[in-house]
Amino acid sequence: MKTKQEETDFEVRSLDTMCINESELVHPWWFNFKYAAVGVIFGIVFIKAEIISWFRIQEMFKLQSFHMYGVIGTAVVVGAISVFLIKKLKVKTVHGEEITFTNKKFNQGQIYGGLLFGLGWAITGACPGPLFAQLGSGSLAIIVVIGSAMLGTWVYGKFRDKLPH
Amino acid sequence: MIEAITQPWPWYVAGTIIGLIVPTLLILGNKHFWISANLRHMCAACFPSNIPFFNYDWKKESWNLFFIGGILVGGIISTQYLSSPDPVVIHPDLAKDLTQFGITDFSGLVPVQLFSFDQLFTLRGLIMMVGGGFLVGFGTRYAGGCTSGHAIMGLSDLQWPSLVATICFMIGGFLMTNLILPYILAL
Repeated sequence: MKTKQEETDFEVRSLDTMCINESELVHPWWFNFKYAAVGVIFGIVFIKAEIISWFRIQEMFKLQSFHMYGVIGTAVVVGAISVFLIKKLKVKTVHGEEITFTNKKFNQGQIYGGLLFGLGWAITGACPGPLFAQLGSGSLAIIVVIGSAMLGTWVYGKFRDKLPH
Repeated sequence: MIEAITQPWPWYVAGTIIGLIVPTLLILGNKHFWISANLRHMCAACFPSNIPFFNYDWKKESWNLFFIGGILVGGIISTQYLSSPDPVVIHPDLAKDLTQFGITDFSGLVPVQLFSFDQLFTLRGLIMMVGGGFLVGFGTRYAGGCTSGHAIMGLSDLQWPSLVATICFMIGGFLMTNLILPYILAL
């Protein structure tokens, strides 16, 4: 029998990072530094292309600059071609494991949550990734924004059973 | 060459590199480009408090925490060693709008007149830093992803729910910047 919690868990295995991609292989923990290296490149791009600039985000939402649309649009096109090729050629990971994709299921959270995140994105000028690059760029007060974002996530987790999905 | 690196990078360079992060993470270990999940992992690690949503083995997802750790380090490296000496260029209309609200310092990527520890003691700063952060954390988890998970990874994989989420991100952003933010900035 399904418990209530299972029924309302819209971020079950297939919908979030949690518990999926469970590798059969056991790697030493320091293998994770390869992801840190990718993060470093990402962080540099964030700063050098001014993606973490509060001003660039305002310009995007005021339609005063094409910059952010260009960045996100190009990223989607390059990402889509890559995903297509990985699926088509059945590319494996460097460890020889299969690369898997899972379909996202629609729920109302994508609308309500999406709108709320949009509001927050325009206030802070940052999504969760850029927040960390902003902190790295020396804006130490951003630690408050990150703390508050953690609180927001926590409050969502606490009340998610009561929210419409 | 160094000249080209220290100048602000054009959108097609940045977009291409960010797009390539998608296959890089997949090929390095079947990892999906999802950043906001880190906020959940940090909650799970620090304050699980018996909430089912946070009771899972976050250590299995620690690669993602390494990834954002890398973003932080990338931010430091870029600011310390690769930054351009020229001031950031702001659209003149935006500069004019912000000047009305007393925001005149356009030198950094993050406006110090809005986001600093001093500002926490003003109503405007409190709403923007604490309120804004809360909406980012709450909204991304409610939507099941952020700009990376839905807009880039989700759209790359042609997931229509991600398109819905992305459109809602944009609607929320347009509403805030054009209709609500002027009132907050006027505080």
